[in-house]
Amino acid sequence: MTLVTGTAFHVPAPGRRPGDTPDFSKIEVPRAGETRKPAVDAPAGEVTDLAYGLVRVLDHNHQAVGPWDPQLSDQELINGLKTMVLTREFDDRMLKMQRTKRLSFYMKSLGEEAVAVAAAAALNDDDMLFPSYRQQGALIARGKDLGEMMCHCISNARDNLKGRQLPIHYASAEHNWFSVSGNLCTQFPQAVGWALASSYKRSNRIASSWIGEGSSAEGDFHAAMTLASVYKAPVVLNLVNNQWAISMFQGLSGGESATFAAKAIGYGVPGLRVDGNDFLAVYAATRWAADRARRKIGPTLLEIYTYRGEAHSTSDDPSRYRPKDEWRSWPLGDPIERLKNHLIGHGAWSADEHETWRAQCEERVATTWKESIGHGTLEEGPHAPTHTMFEDVYAEQPWHLRRQRQDLGV
Amino acid sequence: MPAMTMVQSLNAAIDEALAGNDKVVAFGEDVGYFGGVFGVTRGLQEKYGLDRVFDAPINEAAIVAMGMGMAVNGLRPIAEIQFADYIFPGFDQVVSELSRIRYRSAGQYTAPLVIRTPCGGGIYGGQTHSMSPEAFFTHIPGVKVAMPSNPYDAKGMLLAAVEDDDPVIFFEPKRLYNGPFDGDPHKPATSWARHPRGEVPEGAYTVPLGVGEIVRPGSEVTVVAYGTMVHVANYAAEKTGVDAEVIDLRTLVPWDVDMVTASVKKTGRCVVLHEAPRTSGFGAELAAQIQEDCFYSLEAPVLRVTGWDTPYPHAHEWSYFPGPDRVGRALKQVMEG
Ligand SMILES: Cc1ncc(C[n+]2csc(CCOP(=O)(O)OP(=O)(O)O)c2C)c(N)n1
Repeated sequence: MTLVTGTAFHVPAPGRRPGDTPDFSKIEVPRAGETRKPAVDAPAGEVTDLAYGLVRVLDHNHQAVGPWDPQLSDQELINGLKTMVLTREFDDRMLKMQRTKRLSFYMKSLGEEAVAVAAAAALNDDDMLFPSYRQQGALIARGKDLGEMMCHCISNARDNLKGRQLPIHYASAEHNWFSVSGNLCTQFPQAVGWALASSYKRSNRIASSWIGEGSSAEGDFHAAMTLASVYKAPVVLNLVNNQWAISMFQGLSGGESATFAAKAIGYGVPGLRVDGNDFLAVYAATRWAADRARRKIGPTLLEIYTYRGEAHSTSDDPSRYRPKDEWRSWPLGDPIERLKNHLIGHGAWSADEHETWRAQCEERVATTWKESIGHGTLEEGPHAPTHTMFEDVYAEQPWHLRRQRQDLGV
Repeated sequence: MPAMTMVQSLNAAIDEALAGNDKVVAFGEDVGYFGGVFGVTRGLQEKYGLDRVFDAPINEAAIVAMGMGMAVNGLRPIAEIQFADYIFPGFDQVVSELSRIRYRSAGQYTAPLVIRTPCGGGIYGGQTHSMSPEAFFTHIPGVKVAMPSNPYDAKGMLLAAVEDDDPVIFFEPKRLYNGPFDGDPHKPATSWARHPRGEVPEGAYTVPLGVGEIVRPGSEVTVVAYGTMVHVANYAAEKTGVDAEVIDLRTLVPWDVDMVTASVKKTGRCVVLHEAPRTSGFGAELAAQIQEDCFYSLEAPVLRVTGWDTPYPHAHEWSYFPGPDRVGRALKQVMEG
């Protein structure tokens, strides 16, 4: 058998590779305000255009324009901005600490802070979140203690997960934050199940979940969409298209042939594309979808369009597969800069205030880090007592685990 | 002979397979341009083209099923599952389809697919980057299961797997990728360059599936191990001074029962090791078969040293890992028995 020379079948490839100049000229960015806002009870069949639009509020002059402007107060916006800045400072510090081997692993959310923080602001605090590993901003927005987050990341004696999980795989029932799984997309159909139980209990709490565009290739995506569609579950499903799944660009997950939001059309579920670097747009779209869920109209798929500013994780080296600093050319900008400029533009915030807050966050994160390592480190401990590794496997420890614990002498 | 890491020797094997047979293709998540998250396929897309070494969408069921479809249509695919912990979305395709196609079609259709996947802990990978799920696969009639313990075997066994007419699940202990590891995390890392089995011949050769190897001859007790645990076994024998005969099983299905039973009949004692949890682990199968075949030669019960029946913990990784101390204790215990 001889294969013909040239490619036998189509294998998507991104236009740009290391050494190339970043080029996003093929990305069409609709003007802010251009994408229409349908009524929340509009049937899915009547909103299919939104799967090819882009919900945007902040224009190039940093003004809020168009039907999706959520009309938030300055204070609400300042809170959002502050949380995004805090998230970025937290991430920066954790990355640095991973570089000095204090953490085994870390994943930043650089450039995706609005994805999580604006969504958290638009949902109720008692709505249940089924996040992936890149929505730490939503946990911070819900007021999780930064020291507790750090203690988890270094698996020390204060880690509420008893050293069992990789860093950033937080679980915090108190914050209605589900346990982050390392197995991609598994949380998507689980969120639907949670939401259905909420309906069953006649509660008006809804669920929201996040996956990456890479993860949307998993069968669990289809499982979630089918369930959500069949039972009209009160759930907001977010597909974060940050362009890259480790080294694979979004074309390898199906993004070359259709938008990710368009996947919703076949399920009869509204699918909206949203500018993920626009705090106001993410807020407004989440609110729209949450209203649909809370009013028992049905589920929504939001494709949150953004760019992964950092390496996939500390185990990754993006300089091997994409142009250096591509993020700086991302046509939708930086979510923090955009909201900051918007607030400065109408006199509610200033560059000085911003820098003061950033410096305070940096300081706060540094101080909290020092306190946190005072409770133990990954390398030296103390950790949760060793016998705890045999706990919680079952509600009650069966004989074989008891024997194994004794065998280990703990 | 050049010294190679296991990553390099696996890369060399895939390179040989691609060069030697135009029916061979390799794919998986991040396998194409990037060359895999551990670098096992690095440089191969550039060398062989986009349609021979390519990225696959993140869907393990798709990766297994696509590989099966290609294999049924005459190709010899080498699929990578990025971590063994992530193979389960593809499990149904292995259990219900890949493993049975020869049987259910009475040989009209076969699927010689190789699924490579890194397994095992010791890298602070937590519960989703540390599993050794080999026993799930040894329980499936119709798939072969292999796990090399060094660069030389890795290359030869992978080439044998590609030639094999049955599907092969090929586990790669990731803790051994860049150097041998005897189970003591506090020792400085050592390199394959200083290990005899780090020398890897150029060109194609095979190490047959189904054949174990006595890596340490001994007379007092037979230790049956595979993957990382082979190195732990050698170190434990050295530390305790027990004259153990260490067998590297290399292939789990079909395993080298002749080699193991001959050794156990000679030593009269046996310890089986694996990193995976104990209950229904492959060690249970080994112990059962050994007692059936060697009962009248045994002077002590066959012991198992394994991972605990818990998920692989992050911080307590070294309390979980069945290291040289635990293996050493078992060696002494079996000698007293
Ligand atoms: C089931 C499963 N398969 C593979 C992996 C390995 N893996 C971890 S993250 C990742 C890429 C995910 O990309 P995406 O969904 O786009 O999310 P992003 O990291 O970009 O936020 C892969 C392949 C995994 N964790 N789980």
